[in-house]
Amino acid sequence: MKQKTAVQVDDLTVAYNYKPVLWDIDLEIPEGVLMAIVGPNGAGKSTLIKAILGILKPIAGSVSIYGKPYEVQRKQVAYVPQKGSVDWDFPTTALDVVMMGTYGSLGWIKRPRQKEKKAALEALEKVGMLPFKNRQISQLSGGQQQRIFLARALVQDASIYFMDEPFQGVDATTEIAIINILKELRKAGKTVVVVHHDLQTVPEYFDWVTFLNVKKIATGPVKDIFNDDNLTKTYGINYKVSIQE
Amino acid sequence: MSSAQFEIQLIASFVAIACAIPGTFLVLRKMAMISDAISHSILPGIVVGFFITQDLNSPLLILLAAVTGVITEVLVEYIQKTGLVKEDTAIGLVFPVLFSIGVIMIAKNANDVHLDIDAVLLGELAFAPFDRLFVSGVDIGPKSLWIIGSILIVTLVLLYAFFKELKLSTFDKGLAASLGFSPAIIHYGLMSISSITTVGAFDAVGAILVVALMIAPPASAYLLTKDLKKMLLLSACFGVFCAISGYWLAHWLDASIAGSITTMLGLLFLLVYLFAPSKGVIAVLYREKQQRTEVSLLTFLLHLKNHDEASERHVNHLNEHINWQKVRSKTVLDLALKNNMIEIENQVVSLTPKGDEFTTQAIDYIITNEDAQIEDMKEDFFLFRG
Repeated sequence: MKQKTAVQVDDLTVAYNYKPVLWDIDLEIPEGVLMAIVGPNGAGKSTLIKAILGILKPIAGSVSIYGKPYEVQRKQVAYVPQKGSVDWDFPTTALDVVMMGTYGSLGWIKRPRQKEKKAALEALEKVGMLPFKNRQISQLSGGQQQRIFLARALVQDASIYFMDEPFQGVDATTEIAIINILKELRKAGKTVVVVHHDLQTVPEYFDWVTFLNVKKIATGPVKDIFNDDNLTKTYGINYKVSIQE
Repeated sequence: MSSAQFEIQLIASFVAIACAIPGTFLVLRKMAMISDAISHSILPGIVVGFFITQDLNSPLLILLAAVTGVITEVLVEYIQKTGLVKEDTAIGLVFPVLFSIGVIMIAKNANDVHLDIDAVLLGELAFAPFDRLFVSGVDIGPKSLWIIGSILIVTLVLLYAFFKELKLSTFDKGLAASLGFSPAIIHYGLMSISSITTVGAFDAVGAILVVALMIAPPASAYLLTKDLKKMLLLSACFGVFCAISGYWLAHWLDASIAGSITTMLGLLFLLVYLFAPSKGVIAVLYREKQQRTEVSLLTFLLHLKNHDEASERHVNHLNEHINWQKVRSKTVLDLALKNNMIEIENQVVSLTPKGDEFTTQAIDYIITNEDAQIEDMKEDFFLFRG
């Protein structure tokens, strides 16, 4: 059984001030995987996601989502940026932030209405944040803020989800809640790509992994390629991770 | 109140609202300083436009000034992107250069043109009613009023149309980009509107007051509300209030209108800064005091919970046991009594069931940091309000 390719990245090179942070990346993400992108700080993990989503302009290479350019496939894709990338003192409520997930399908000028609000409330319910819907976002804990971000992605009802470190600074309960939702997404046939830091949890949470350090080191099923050899190649030190065999 | 006085206040109010709208987004985008930069660097645009048209109220002037405003932002970003200097330094480098080009241009042609630096910096609202607009010979009001009125209408229409886009790209640029709302377009759109508003207000209130009107009302509103729409509305109201009260202050003091309005803006911010209900200085100090008391209360309750023996719980011994001063002990004791958390029998203090439950929950919360169980306690106690 040959899986469909959800995301295809060809010869992608991205540079900041002429210094390549991603170098000639070829990557194929099959449909329906729950994939971790791992690599040391500065390996270009977030950059890879941002380049796939057209937030950063690559200096070379191309990206396609289900065989077409990202620009025409926006509605297939949802994005959860790093929690630290926004100002949580912004004057708005949890519900309003989740509603932002509907803006993409609305397009320019059109405003969200009852239908969008209903979808947002459902997404809040799914992440267990419904009681906090009218809470100002600065009054939420780090874990709750991350759940709001996840709800905002869920409301986009996409086929592919990109998440930039969703487990950063969240409590254990939230981490479990989030990973359960991600696993549900995969069960529903969605593709989920997560920038991840905690190597210990990779085998438990994910079924697919990409090792990245400016260049792509390896990509494939966790059970085949998540080993000391690839970890050492990626992190540059003699890496030993204890995996339950 | 004469009609000239009314017109001045109307112009000032329109300027205030037109400034408050882009100002709100500039403040939220932490770009307040860029309004200062724009207000100065559009000078060469105004001067060139004036040379061409010989009319301070020509639409060409507004267009050229808007272009210079956007050029300012482009230059700032370009310098910043080199990574050699930070954004504030880049702003500080760009706008004086552009402004001084304007100053030199005025000075070189000072004999021919009626345009002086004072008017540019401080404006002259008092003279605004004298420059009137005639349509086929009929006087339809001061020119400034029509200019700023048109700018205000354009701003309001754009705000209404692109409110969602402005909010999204201000809050989360990355998501905006990924959803196809180009943050660059919105950014430069906002810059253009800020520039146009600035130049429209320039003639009436001058460069310095424009900055004050763009920044002070939103900064004050920011301390008072947690809702973007309310923040916009409140900013506009604050702006209008300061514009009108500033006018009467100037009237009373026989001083510059622009200066008086700016003074009112400063006073307004000071008042809000001190007295804002949750973010104001006094509220914060009060809350800290409350929190200290409540931590003391918890310590006290925990002591009672941990000690069954009466000697530990005797009123006279509490002072030395918990090592507090009399006043503090009394505050804490009163607070606990008021909340029915303790009862005192024969000078021996003991926890009521309610106090016992509260202590358990509170300690649980502090240890686990789980929010769910203390939701209802948050109303009564500052301590749990994060």
